[in-house]
Amino acid sequence: MGRIVLEQVAKRFGDAEVIPALDLEIEDGEFAVFVGPSGCGKSTLLRLIAGLEDVSGGRILIDGADATQMAPARRGLAMVFQSYALYPHMTVRKNIAFPLRMAGLDKAEIERRVQSAAAALNLTDYLDRRPGQLSGGQRQRVAIGRAIVREPAAFLFDEPLSNLDAALRVGMRLEISELHKRLRTTMIYVTHDQVEAMTMADKIVVLQAGRIEQAGSPLELYRAPRNRFVAGFIGSPRMNFIEGEEAGRRGAFAIGVRPEDIALSREPAPGAWEGVVGVAEHLGSDTFVHVHETGLAETITVRVSGETPCAHGDRVWLTPREDAIHRFDAQGLRIA
Amino acid sequence: MAREHSPRRKALLTVAAWTAGLLIFFPILWTILTSFKTEAQAIADPPLFLNFDWTLENYAAVQERSDYMRFLWNSIVISGASTLLGVLIAVPAAWSMAFVPSKRTKDILLWMLSTKMLPAVGVLYPIYLIFIELGLLDTRAGLTVVIMLINLPIIVWMLYTYFREIPVDILEAARMDGADLRAEILYVLAPMALPGIASTVLLNVILAWNEAFWTLNLTAANAAPLTAFIASYSSPEGLFYAKLSAASTMAIAPILILGWFSQKQLVRGLTFGAVK
Repeated sequence: MGRIVLEQVAKRFGDAEVIPALDLEIEDGEFAVFVGPSGCGKSTLLRLIAGLEDVSGGRILIDGADATQMAPARRGLAMVFQSYALYPHMTVRKNIAFPLRMAGLDKAEIERRVQSAAAALNLTDYLDRRPGQLSGGQRQRVAIGRAIVREPAAFLFDEPLSNLDAALRVGMRLEISELHKRLRTTMIYVTHDQVEAMTMADKIVVLQAGRIEQAGSPLELYRAPRNRFVAGFIGSPRMNFIEGEEAGRRGAFAIGVRPEDIALSREPAPGAWEGVVGVAEHLGSDTFVHVHETGLAETITVRVSGETPCAHGDRVWLTPREDAIHRFDAQGLRIA
Repeated sequence: MAREHSPRRKALLTVAAWTAGLLIFFPILWTILTSFKTEAQAIADPPLFLNFDWTLENYAAVQERSDYMRFLWNSIVISGASTLLGVLIAVPAAWSMAFVPSKRTKDILLWMLSTKMLPAVGVLYPIYLIFIELGLLDTRAGLTVVIMLINLPIIVWMLYTYFREIPVDILEAARMDGADLRAEILYVLAPMALPGIASTVLLNVILAWNEAFWTLNLTAANAAPLTAFIASYSSPEGLFYAKLSAASTMAIAPILILGWFSQKQLVRGLTFGAVK
């Protein structure tokens, strides 16, 4: 079980308010991702839940019990750090066994659990090595192994993939997702990468300056972002924002159109926005066309499925899908 | 860019290094040589280098006149116990300064270091009186405490420097893994800081062993360590260079041997953090 509830949790460092009082519920078995730009307080929030930082106000409930004043070890949570934080002087076996040793389990039980975790993570051949002799991906697996042997109420991941190279990152992302499907244990995952958030999460919590901008399923956030910040943060390439006359005509201060909701044509079309191609990125599966000189915004990005012949300097016409336009008021809030 | 030395330059540097090394070592070598001379040869003019009648009579005389083993034992107990006690106190202190620093941590560290700038003789009188009051004069326990206190700032500073090099993530991981403070220090921090702790212990054993001001002033017979043993040979009733040299050689031999075998550790420890 691992239902985590934050009630009016706040954090101040001296006079600086890092997290103003916030409420959040994470259901048992849920995969929650905290996402936001660097310095948004996502890691601090995770550390508050872990107990590595003391809250300045509010309560943290884990499975209904008030854990606000509990030592990290008593909360029944396991954490995977960005730096892996393995014990360099211990072998892989001892690293994974450490939390079990601290819990006072008997030797046979420890060995059994270490073996089963190692088998699940393909680490059996490395049990007698030290962390220094492992690759980044293997170290990350050891860190995960050390977390799963405890059978914790919830896993906390603090940007666990940011030290890995791109290819390995995708692989580990899938491994962690599968692990979640298999264990059905609550996971809280901190990242600044919205792709990780979209692909892994049951619930995404978008943070900015310590505030929760929106919390919901990936598709909820994608389809109905509550404000311009969330709209711009979720989705890649970014949503295009247009202010002024085009927005006013649609009864909004600003409108947002996702690159995939714009049709691109080489011939003039009625009501289309005219512009000149700045850069066209040909990915094979998609083409991202960055269009200038529309008079609406500095650049409008269009995503065309498949390959489309398009080059710098080409004149193009853009037609947004009217039903896919997001409208925002002057405060940046969504107009329903 | 790697620095390449020509063979000539290398030879010159080697000669210069050996010259400097021998120059520094010469007084110790001379002491050791003198300890094997007769008293007459010891003051011969011109001085005799190696062509004298090698004798062990000074050592026999020293052993006969005073109980070397008792002084040695006192030195071992006082330097060992003061270092052990110091480390036990300094580990938690350095832990808190390195990992949970407050606004005052830097000030406290500097204040601790500043106590080393006070001339020891400035506090001799109060400490002497306290020792009389507490009955600690000429006891190993009293001397252990004083020497521990004198070296404590250095122990805390050294450990603080080593601990600072340890990523706090790893200690936090231990906390998440269920380690309490004792387990965190015992199973994670101490093994990782072991090279640092070892050089701290070594340096402090040496400092405590060589400490002469307090050992001479606060001991008489019972708790006197080897420093007092040497001092007892610089008597006013005539100069016995050879015997004094023999006593000195006997006093410095243990620490010289310890230093020789641990030089690698010591050098690593003392230059730790200096080059990154």
